[in-house]
Amino acid sequence: MDKFLTFTIVGLSLAAIYAVIASGLVLTYTTTGIFNFAHGAAGMLAAFAYWQLRFDWGWPVPICLVLILGVMAPLFGVLLEVVVMRGLRGTTDTVKLVVSISLLLFMIGLAQLLWPPGVSRPMSKFFASSPTINLGPTTITWHQAITIGVAILVAIGLRIALTRFRFGIAMRAAVDDPSLSALNGARPNRVSMLAWALGTSLAAVGGVLIAPNVTLDAPSLSLLIVSAYAAAIFGRLRSLPLTFLGAIVVGLTDGYLTGYLPQNQYLPGLRIASPAVLLFLVLLVLPNPRLKGRMTRSREFFPMPSIRGALTFAGVVVLGGVVLMTTLSTPDQLTYGRLFPIGIVALSLVPLVGFGGQISLCQLSFAGIGGLVMAHLGQGGDPIALVWAVLVAAGVGALIALPALRLSGIYLALGTAAFATILDRWIFTLPKLTVFGWFDVNLFSQGSIGVDPLRMFGTTFNDPGAQMVIGAVAFALVSLLVVAIRRGRLGRRLIAMKDSEAACATLGMNLFGTKLLVFSISAGIAGLGGALYATQLTTIQSNNFDLVSSLQVFALTVVGGIGAIGGALFAGVSLYAVLPLIGTLFPSLIRWVGLLPGATGIGLGRDPNGAVSQMREGFAPLAGSPSSLLVMTLALAALYGLRLAEAIDNWTFVIGLVVIPLVAAAAATLSAAARQRTVAQLEDQPDRTPLEWVGIDRPWTAADVEALDRRLGTPVLPDVELELHGPA
Amino acid sequence: MALLEVSGVTVRFGGNVALDDVQIAADPGIVTGLIGPNGAGKTTLFNVITGLLPPSRGEIHLNDRAVTRLSPTKRARLGMARTFQRLELFSLLSVRENIRVAADVRKGWSRDKENPATVVDEIIERIGLVDVADARVDSLPTGQCRLVELGRCLATKPKVLLLDEPASGQDESETIVFAELLRSLAASGMGVVLVEHDVQLVMSVCERVHVLDFGRIIASGSPSEIQTDDAVLNAYLGTNS
Repeated sequence: MDKFLTFTIVGLSLAAIYAVIASGLVLTYTTTGIFNFAHGAAGMLAAFAYWQLRFDWGWPVPICLVLILGVMAPLFGVLLEVVVMRGLRGTTDTVKLVVSISLLLFMIGLAQLLWPPGVSRPMSKFFASSPTINLGPTTITWHQAITIGVAILVAIGLRIALTRFRFGIAMRAAVDDPSLSALNGARPNRVSMLAWALGTSLAAVGGVLIAPNVTLDAPSLSLLIVSAYAAAIFGRLRSLPLTFLGAIVVGLTDGYLTGYLPQNQYLPGLRIASPAVLLFLVLLVLPNPRLKGRMTRSREFFPMPSIRGALTFAGVVVLGGVVLMTTLSTPDQLTYGRLFPIGIVALSLVPLVGFGGQISLCQLSFAGIGGLVMAHLGQGGDPIALVWAVLVAAGVGALIALPALRLSGIYLALGTAAFATILDRWIFTLPKLTVFGWFDVNLFSQGSIGVDPLRMFGTTFNDPGAQMVIGAVAFALVSLLVVAIRRGRLGRRLIAMKDSEAACATLGMNLFGTKLLVFSISAGIAGLGGALYATQLTTIQSNNFDLVSSLQVFALTVVGGIGAIGGALFAGVSLYAVLPLIGTLFPSLIRWVGLLPGATGIGLGRDPNGAVSQMREGFAPLAGSPSSLLVMTLALAALYGLRLAEAIDNWTFVIGLVVIPLVAAAAATLSAAARQRTVAQLEDQPDRTPLEWVGIDRPWTAADVEALDRRLGTPVLPDVELELHGPA
Repeated sequence: MALLEVSGVTVRFGGNVALDDVQIAADPGIVTGLIGPNGAGKTTLFNVITGLLPPSRGEIHLNDRAVTRLSPTKRARLGMARTFQRLELFSLLSVRENIRVAADVRKGWSRDKENPATVVDEIIERIGLVDVADARVDSLPTGQCRLVELGRCLATKPKVLLLDEPASGQDESETIVFAELLRSLAASGMGVVLVEHDVQLVMSVCERVHVLDFGRIIASGSPSEIQTDDAVLNAYLGTNS
């Protein structure tokens, strides 16, 4: 009984923290419609700030608390609202998601910049030196008591604020109909600023309370809020009382699992993953949503890729791989080589998210499965293991599609994030286990596992350069596959499904089968990427495939352009070429590099077509100008020749690689413009006065009347009084 | 029994009764009209018939088969097709691709031997959109978008075709062509249900008309009967004569 009470208290104090964080999340979601993935990260920053003030600088507790919870957190919330969130009104779910994920990545990067990881930062609990409070059969620490007390105060406070005060009622009105509440005199901007200030402060309270219980680590603290998400989902992101109830369920589950889980080497991970498991289960029992029609007119447009374009792209990628192999030193090959397998993982998002509109935040988990299969079945470098990696990952992907039939948008994102967390924290940490008594699985051997290099055509590809080329070829082939999907039956079906599930269903389309198929294909592609990634890394650990990496790849692919293969290359190149390159070029900035993936996502998430489509527009004139294209190719080849002959170094080479295509594109654009002018002259249209200015800029002529008649198809009248209409 | 039989359908949204014991039927080979003022529940009824919205009570029969508990997909495969008042086109695809999606879906589950590409070409010809076949539907005026939705339905080879205000957004000459198209569709054996505000169109193509007002069927009959029905006049004109 004592034990039961003790773990009830442990559970309730956790529940209290989750409840506080989750209520902040619900508050911002309901008032602004943005599900803030970075909500937990705000709590994480607050925890670090508290450590800094209280324990590093030794300021008194009350000052620290007032400064962090009363000043910094609300200001930060207002800043977020004004700088980032306000611009997101009326954008699609995916864009909102990418921006808040990028914000999360940015905040993790910021925390790691200010407080470099790898240093122990102990925090003591509140009143840690005071004796525990005796409750008869059990005791409760001051920290636990304060935590529970704070949650109760927050519950009461929110209740009063939202029902009694003007701003609270305005907040609730803003949920229902922002424009209507604005017409009734509420100020939506002010309301949403207030909501963000309050929400961020609640996250900060939770962060400060939970930090002493765990190690101060930016990513894990930021993602701890998966637990808070689970609580918020209990309340369907709307109801605060149900959110508190959900928090109690999640907290008590954690508490009792701590106390009563059988002592067995397989189950500790289950406790850590239990909030994610609960989140997954709750999502599964949410009532089935009605089939949705078109919600908002999307600004996205991804043109149909041409066969020629796709083949050129694939050729350039392979060529790029060869150039990198021949110009880079071995350590650099190891670094840059990852861009292709990670690019393949990013490619797996294109059919799934770009065409099909399904969100997945667990692509690296599929990659991890592919990597594991490679490690276990690919001993001796058997290439058949690649096939198995694809198949096993595809099978798991199909499993994920089961909840996806019911979920969409933010719920699907949360479900897949929960799946990634379950794999991350539990499955990938499992020790050796025997399945059905006949085969042993020892996933990551509770640490890391070696992967043999591929052995094909009688050669072992253990040289990083050769692996890089294999990666490039695989990337090119998968790109072609993705283009083939887009051009074919499945691609049309996916795009149709993304646009209107309701219309698809009423045409007799099997939505479930379509989702199953695209999830399997996508997971299979990610599995292939993971397998190749594993052979490049030579040893893999579970944290190579964690949720944060998935988020990075997801955000950068969307930034690049999720609807096209170029977007995937962009993600790979950004993560494993541009970032390391910046680090090498400007060693003083190396610590800032961690901020970049997040920062680009926050800035560029607003253009749903992505950076690649802008670049493509810039380079489009090249396609129409064979001479520029030829000169560019020759110049690039000459540059490459110079590099091979060691006449120039890598920096000149890189600069040339960037400058030559830019010059060629500029030349092509100029010549195209010149051609247009000539065409205009040939067509005998020296006069470009717009129609409505004729008669003002210059007098009417009989020719104008004639042209007008011709265009309108009206019969030509012989004598029109021109003088009446034009200036004399 | 009629081809499509809706009996006793009731839909409640909270305390609001959107449809109250609705009874309508559609026969093959004719156009059945469904008219009523805005908010009468016409689109809601279509949602119930096609399975997008479960009714609180009532039954739907298609070809003597109870379909009330079937998914929209299954109903579509049994021969139901509809267009949407608010247009649910696949905006990123061209006219041809929009129709092709539907033709491919049918090819996927049926035993038709026809080449979907040919089916699509024939439909485009029939609905008169040859000139814009490869344009993105986003760039088309509403009237043509409605024709694309109709074409998409035709590609599923429906037995019952439910059209939700297909003529809104069309000009007069387009409507005349459209009326002819409707008649020829019905003549080919399809049962067409037409929700429309253009009373002239309804009266000229429909053999039977149901009138819906505040969720109830207030009159059913031939166009001429409907035009003189007191309850209908009252609903539309607010007179008590």
